[in-house]
Amino acid sequence: MLFIGVVPILPRIEEGFHLAKAATKKAPTEQLAKPAEPKRHAATREELLRLYREMLLIRRFEEKAGQLYGLGLIGGFCHLYIGQEAVAAGIQTALTDKDSVITGYRDHGHMLLCGIDPKLVMAELTGREAGISRGKGGSMHMFSVEHKFYGGHGIVGAQVPLGAGLAFAHKYNEDGGICVAYFGDGAANQGQVYEAFNMAALWKLPIIFVVENNRYAMGTAVDRSSAETHFWRRGEAFRIPGMVCNGMDVLEVRGAAQAAVDFVRAGNGPVVFEAQTYRYRGHSMSDPAKYRSREEVQQVREKSDPIEGLKHDLETAGITEEELKAIDKEIRSIVNEAADFAETSPEPDPSELYTDVLVERY
Amino acid sequence: MATELKMPALSPTMEEGTLAKWLVKAGDTVRSGDILAEIETDKATMEFEAVDEGTVGEILIAEGTDNVKVGTVIATIVSEGESAAPKAALAPAPSAVAQPAPVAAPQAAAPVLAPAATSDLSEETQRLTVREALRDAMAEEMRADPRVFVMGEEVAEYQGAYKVTQGLLDEFGAKRVIDTPITEYGFAGIGTGAAMGGLRPIVEFMTFNFAMQAIDHIINSAAKTNYMSGGQMRCPIVFRGPNGAASRVGAQHSQNYAPWYASVPGLVVIAPYDAADAKGLLKAAIRSQDPVVFLENELVYGRSFDVPLGEHIVPIGKARTMRPGKDVTIVSYSIGVGLALEAAEALAGEGIDAEVIDLRTLRPLDKGAVLESLSRTNRLVIVEEGWPSCSIASEIMAIAMEDGFDYLDAPVARVTNVDVPLPYANNLEKLALVTTASVIEAVRKVCYRA
Ligand SMILES: Cc1ncc(C[n+]2csc(CCOP(=O)(O)OP(=O)(O)O)c2C)c(N)n1
Ligand SMILES: [Mg+2]
Repeated sequence: MLFIGVVPILPRIEEGFHLAKAATKKAPTEQLAKPAEPKRHAATREELLRLYREMLLIRRFEEKAGQLYGLGLIGGFCHLYIGQEAVAAGIQTALTDKDSVITGYRDHGHMLLCGIDPKLVMAELTGREAGISRGKGGSMHMFSVEHKFYGGHGIVGAQVPLGAGLAFAHKYNEDGGICVAYFGDGAANQGQVYEAFNMAALWKLPIIFVVENNRYAMGTAVDRSSAETHFWRRGEAFRIPGMVCNGMDVLEVRGAAQAAVDFVRAGNGPVVFEAQTYRYRGHSMSDPAKYRSREEVQQVREKSDPIEGLKHDLETAGITEEELKAIDKEIRSIVNEAADFAETSPEPDPSELYTDVLVERY
Repeated sequence: MATELKMPALSPTMEEGTLAKWLVKAGDTVRSGDILAEIETDKATMEFEAVDEGTVGEILIAEGTDNVKVGTVIATIVSEGESAAPKAALAPAPSAVAQPAPVAAPQAAAPVLAPAATSDLSEETQRLTVREALRDAMAEEMRADPRVFVMGEEVAEYQGAYKVTQGLLDEFGAKRVIDTPITEYGFAGIGTGAAMGGLRPIVEFMTFNFAMQAIDHIINSAAKTNYMSGGQMRCPIVFRGPNGAASRVGAQHSQNYAPWYASVPGLVVIAPYDAADAKGLLKAAIRSQDPVVFLENELVYGRSFDVPLGEHIVPIGKARTMRPGKDVTIVSYSIGVGLALEAAEALAGEGIDAEVIDLRTLRPLDKGAVLESLSRTNRLVIVEEGWPSCSIASEIMAIAMEDGFDYLDAPVARVTNVDVPLPYANNLEKLALVTTASVIEAVRKVCYRA
């Protein structure tokens, strides 16, 4: 019991100074509202096909990005989402178009599922005028106000208070939207995350804090960086309910996401939502890859792959191999088209160097 | 015929690497995404994956080979059911990147000399403290635009640590006047996110010393948004609060951050001196679509000035002539303007007619006004309540060298604080801060009257 050391002291304080009474204006923690018990989502045939399609789109898009990087067409840092597809797919499909999304630099997957044209994303990766940031953001810094996707942030943890700010705006405007802020297990150790948790809980902001626990922050395994590796518990001190799900099972993520979304949208304040997942690739394209064994990666791929894992459910729903092949083919052509577009469209005009620094002229 | 697999680049600068390990052998069937090999440089290892389905034909470079040039054919893949023509490999990146022709910066042309605005307040005025003027600016903008709200430590129920937000909670309620916990990094981020989400936050820092914890969001989140989004995503936010030395509060509480923020493209930086400018510029800042750092000064909050009645907006980016003169130009901002004016009064008695220019906005800086004044007086002194190195004063000196050299009849002088952390002891603090006497001395020197 964690409280053993504390409990005997409390009555003494209460008798002596009545401090404990003064401190208990808030409801007892056991009375706090909680999200409904999450269930693995019972998906319809259409939903299953959509989830499969979306995960596959991310996988193929990222593989292609990896190839373009190898060819020198993509520069700088490029962080792939391969392995984590079920997290974004399970959560994004539980959102509506009123909701806003924000994440870190591992952002391609979230963007595709926000409905942003793969061509514009790929063209940003190659630094072209037609890119979503007109070539001035790159892989880590992409935004689409139109799709309520607010980045794409290169500073680890920054998206957490920024997301709380987006949630603040939803509440202020009473627009019925919620914000989903995705961040990593490494980001979860940033102080600003807890500053945001505190204010989000204090002000009952409509936000889901999604910790994508892929077990590593660059080369540091969670056990080496985190005193508490149950990230879903990290909101407890702020009275934020925590949820955890198998982030390699898209239907489990989808079910848990629904419970979180319903809870947050009903005005109960934030949820900390841990999705346990895994990244197959290096942290970024240049990764020494010495901190884990190939066997470890291989095992996850073979036993827990989110796309392969869904095949059983697809089969049970009577979806045929031919249908899946057709989806594969369609996605391959979408991705190839995006890559062709990203390779052939022109770089920004040199005059673009000076545009968009400030909005107004002074 | 087969597809040729070429040695990939781990980064655009990589020219060669080690083929550390093959994970497939000739005859293996591979699918798109399968890892074929590990490539190493001194910095990193990268997995090299299959682009398409097929069978590994030949391994041409053995594992363990060093110094394999990027682009070398390392293996072949025979595509399933396709044996005839080689599949066109993805085009490699252009090896010699065409050097773009240099572009002239829009600002690079010789600055246009334009006189600073004058301090002529012909309208009807009222006497207001800077503190009241700032409050009125916020209140007026909050009345006009429901998206505007103010947040910070002690801004609501306590009425502001320096009483700048006095009365706002009563008028606008707790939804729009928000007490935050002591959590600068967090609420600067929340404010910035709210601006990205379409609101118009005013974030008050109790003083800018504490904004060090939040500077990441000011610079990395707010200042970069518009540029990095290709002009799509706005961040209309005002970060405001007292800046610079107060009185006997020691080194951690007495710093001028103007040069720090003014060095960052993507920010607007304003530091007003009198109440009329405080009001007019804060209103302009709140209306601006850009992120604004608005630097006030605690020692000036209580000073009273004439402020025009009714709607009063001051354009951002325009300096102001506080006192016309013909012998020397004294450029300053914030509390330094008061010292410059005092010095000018005293110098008038010695027959030196000094012109005093208040920069008001530090980014974008009104170069034209500084140079126009210099072109008439031919002498320049900069007064800054802050450290000398990498200061606004250094910047103005650089401008004088680059664009005003021909106007100069004497070397430019800067009068600043002493280059030390601000001491606490009364006598030492006085010795460290810029004074009217030191301004007078510098002016005499550039006028060769010392
Ligand atoms: C403030 C800050 N510190 C360090 C970095 C460098 N960095 C980039 S990603 C990263 C690891 C983050 O890991 P995690 O949050 O687990 O996310 P993941 O990459 O696993 O998705 C680090 C240290 C940074 N970008 N920002
Ligand atoms: Mg991680």
